[in-house]
Amino acid sequence: MINPKTFLQGLKSLKGSRSPAIPLGACFIALGALLKDAGFNLQQSAASSLFTYALPGQLVMAESLLVGASIVNIFIAVWLVNFRLYPMTVSLFPLLEHKSQPKWKYYLSCHFLAVSSWLIAKDGYQKIDKKHRIDFWIGIGIGTWSTAIIMTVVGYLSADYLNKDMLIGLAIVNPVYFFCMMIGAMKNLSVSIAVIGGTLLGPLIYLISTEWALLFAGIIAGTTAFLFGGKKNGK
Amino acid sequence: MASSQIIILAIVATSLATFISRFMGALTSEKVSVKSKVFEWFNCVAYSTLAALLGRMIIFPAGVLADSDLLIRVFVLVLCILVFIFSKKNLVIPTILSAVLLSFFNSI
Repeated sequence: MINPKTFLQGLKSLKGSRSPAIPLGACFIALGALLKDAGFNLQQSAASSLFTYALPGQLVMAESLLVGASIVNIFIAVWLVNFRLYPMTVSLFPLLEHKSQPKWKYYLSCHFLAVSSWLIAKDGYQKIDKKHRIDFWIGIGIGTWSTAIIMTVVGYLSADYLNKDMLIGLAIVNPVYFFCMMIGAMKNLSVSIAVIGGTLLGPLIYLISTEWALLFAGIIAGTTAFLFGGKKNGK
Repeated sequence: MASSQIIILAIVATSLATFISRFMGALTSEKVSVKSKVFEWFNCVAYSTLAALLGRMIIFPAGVLADSDLLIRVFVLVLCILVFIFSKKNLVIPTILSAVLLSFFNSI
């Protein structure tokens, strides 16, 4: 089944100076408070993080509900903002692939795919024996996922004690953490072009189309990085 | 304020819309080799889509962050990235600092 040693190695990524627990906690506390504001009860807030577990999509959902958008509109808006999970999965799962591992592990554990777990896995997979990498991933996933659910509940319950300035402070932790992680990942030219290009194009294209901005910015900047970054690296 | 039924439907719709991308990714991964060009392309697109999302979160944020000043957000971000680089890539210090700084600047 699951190799306990590798699983624990993954789970332990929650500790230490590169821990994702603080940023995850901060942003899901802010989300819990926001969901309370949007009229969710405690169970619904927890269920949202349990079943969706993708912060930008949950923010879109909450904001859409507040302005009275239809369910179909919410579905499309969330799909577009969370579409990034598709290329992210394809750029991680082949690294975790092993013939001896059953497919259900991959099909179920793809639910853990989020920015934090992805960045940690990309950072650490090389140190893990190829055969057990999927168990390492499941360890990371269980750790980050449960942190998110617990902190959503904490945020919901503490909403009355948090003032607006504190919530704003909590909300910036997430992008700051991710930017730092991405800068740490800029070890070759193609990733550097992808990160810088995406950062610039994302907000720029957003001015033209709010819904399609991420998809277009990602494909344009990513393809540019692929075409120009690869050659100079001699790959 | 939305009714309870609408909220549950919204949670289901959001979860489905999110899981589709993850599951399609897991299926596509079975056909993609780590050494292939396709894998490299997906890797670049993943990083740039993520960067685009983060750029948008800072410049055009959703949620409570929208109530803070753009210049302050950019200032806090740049400062925290510098702290990250000069603290030998420690992630705990810059993330805590970012929350404290933004709360502080926003309250004055």
